[in-house]
Amino acid sequence: MWSFFHKLGSPPWLYQISGQILRWLLPLTLAALAVGLLWGLLYTAPDFRQGNSYRIIYLHVPAAVVALAGYYVMAIAGAVGLIWKMKMADIAMQAVAPVGAALTFIALVTGSIWGKPTWGTWWVWDARITSMLILLFLYLGVIALYEAYDNKVAAGKACAVLALVGTVNIPIIYKSVDWWYSLHQPASIKFTGESTIDPSMLYPLLLCIAAFYALFTCVVLANMRVGILQRERRAAWVQRLAAQVS
Amino acid sequence: MYFESLQAALIMDGHGSYVWSAYGLSLFVLAFLMGLPRRRERRLLQELRGEQRRNEHRPSTAMKGS
Repeated sequence: MWSFFHKLGSPPWLYQISGQILRWLLPLTLAALAVGLLWGLLYTAPDFRQGNSYRIIYLHVPAAVVALAGYYVMAIAGAVGLIWKMKMADIAMQAVAPVGAALTFIALVTGSIWGKPTWGTWWVWDARITSMLILLFLYLGVIALYEAYDNKVAAGKACAVLALVGTVNIPIIYKSVDWWYSLHQPASIKFTGESTIDPSMLYPLLLCIAAFYALFTCVVLANMRVGILQRERRAAWVQRLAAQVS
Repeated sequence: MYFESLQAALIMDGHGSYVWSAYGLSLFVLAFLMGLPRRRERRLLQELRGEQRRNEHRPSTAMKGS
């Protein structure tokens, strides 16, 4: 068990194992994404109230769900970095931030496009939407803060503090549709009790959510590999890798 | 397929422009996101390779910083 944690802190081992994981996870992810999105886009019946515009759900919900989950990953990595001073934790934070930002951006943009035919407006300063916009700024803030420092140890600490303070926003996002009167509909998928979504729509949606989780994992791993190379650039194994470049 | 024709799938009873633009934009962002680490890794390794080449010509400084 302990040897596993020691390996987890070993850059060359992490670089190698993540490469092996990506080799099979990436094709699987792309296949799941293609099947899930095409299924939702072309092979499901339209919503009886919203018509075909509801098909945006297959992007909107997975992006939003994984954007939120990604924030936990980033905040936990930040905490690990602060407490145990693990340098991999900083690399993980910086690997998650752009993915989270992109997914939050997708959730906001698809939500906006969905809002136009459904609510008659592109944007409202609604609790759910505003708190998601704050999530985007938190992700972008973590990226910008890291770039602003020359001393990367100090940068990692500052980012970790920002990420941890920002976790206040997460329960607000979850509960915003229940706490405030809102245009945004409440969750259709429930872990406890009956879901208010037809199985024919639920299955492709679950597949899309799984595919987005897998995609998140892939891009975070790929980003971490670059972060590892960057930090270990003087190490012999990275120099050997560079020597193979033509 | 739910739709009777490709054209019906494109129009989606008037919602086509919303749905397809949402899918197009999202896939563009995802493709960019997935391509980013690949480009950064290649650029970094090329940069390191360039340093190695320069150091090969100046053997006295080859060990500097390593």
